[in-house]
Amino acid sequence: MNRQWGVIGNQGFEFIGKINASMSHEIKNTLAVINENAGLLEDFTLMADKGMPIDPERLKSLAGKIQQQIKRADKIVKNMNMFAHSTDKALKQVKLGEILDFVAALSARLISNRGIVLEIVPNAEPVVIQTNPFFLKNLIWLCIDFAMDWTGEKKTIAVSYKKVSGGAEIKLSKLDGFSNMPVDYFPQEREKAFLEALGGEMAICRKPGEISIILPGTIEQ
Amino acid sequence: MRVLLIDDEEELVATLAERLSFRDIDADWVTNGHDALKKLNNAAYDVAVVDVKMPGISGIELKRMMAAKYPKMRFIFVTGHGSEEDFKEGSEEVGGAGFYLVKPVEIEELITKLDEIAKQ
Repeated sequence: MNRQWGVIGNQGFEFIGKINASMSHEIKNTLAVINENAGLLEDFTLMADKGMPIDPERLKSLAGKIQQQIKRADKIVKNMNMFAHSTDKALKQVKLGEILDFVAALSARLISNRGIVLEIVPNAEPVVIQTNPFFLKNLIWLCIDFAMDWTGEKKTIAVSYKKVSGGAEIKLSKLDGFSNMPVDYFPQEREKAFLEALGGEMAICRKPGEISIILPGTIEQ
Repeated sequence: MRVLLIDDEEELVATLAERLSFRDIDADWVTNGHDALKKLNNAAYDVAVVDVKMPGISGIELKRMMAAKYPKMRFIFVTGHGSEEDFKEGSEEVGGAGFYLVKPVEIEELITKLDEIAKQ
């Protein structure tokens, strides 16, 4: 039991660090774009001082681009704040669709850097469970991170979710490389620790390549 | 001096290229490694300013590919990341910490680096 919590603690810190590094990188990119646009505005004013006319449409377009980047940065900061509050409650009712979209948004850069496309398949029916939101996000990220090495040539991971008897299922599919995966290679210790804490189970299908996570409708505290 | 800017932030490289042109520096831009390699088949560049973290071919990988094919070409890395490991690897790759710039980069700082390269 102590070992399980040690694994969860270490992995939790790693997850927070990785996501924060990625999100702060995105903010840096946004600031860099704003910096160039502001610099271009300054260039135009310097040229105007030398008698060159400024096109008002160009100024309007630049202002619009800066506003877009501010919106982009605001969204990133909101996501960082929501992520920081993931640990507020150990047990909470969550909509799986929202959790998956959120993990996808948090990890978008980490995923695209590896040339992978992540598809979250929407479900018209809301799937609600009572669980530990931080542990669940961490487990989903671990599965996506692992799956990225096993996508095969399609370089795509599809993530779907649905209600099942007594709880819910999250399924990662299109993992064509799974047929070459050693037997019993996944889940590893970290994933098993989170599964135990969430009262969940995992099944691996090597062909077609799929990871299925079964979660209970509620977990005991 | 001809400069190739490579960064997956299209708005960033397009604007930077325009600003460099106002300062009589001939700059082209692309948003990924594959397009950079294609561009090099059709035109010669003295310097490539490369984003370290890009989808697909990473900046460091791309630099190695370009340097192998065009040994006279020089490189400046630009990154939003500040990790010590990235800094060490990146600055060793471009021949010194001075050619590893952290975003947002002031255009004067970039031009100073380009001037240093031109004098070498």
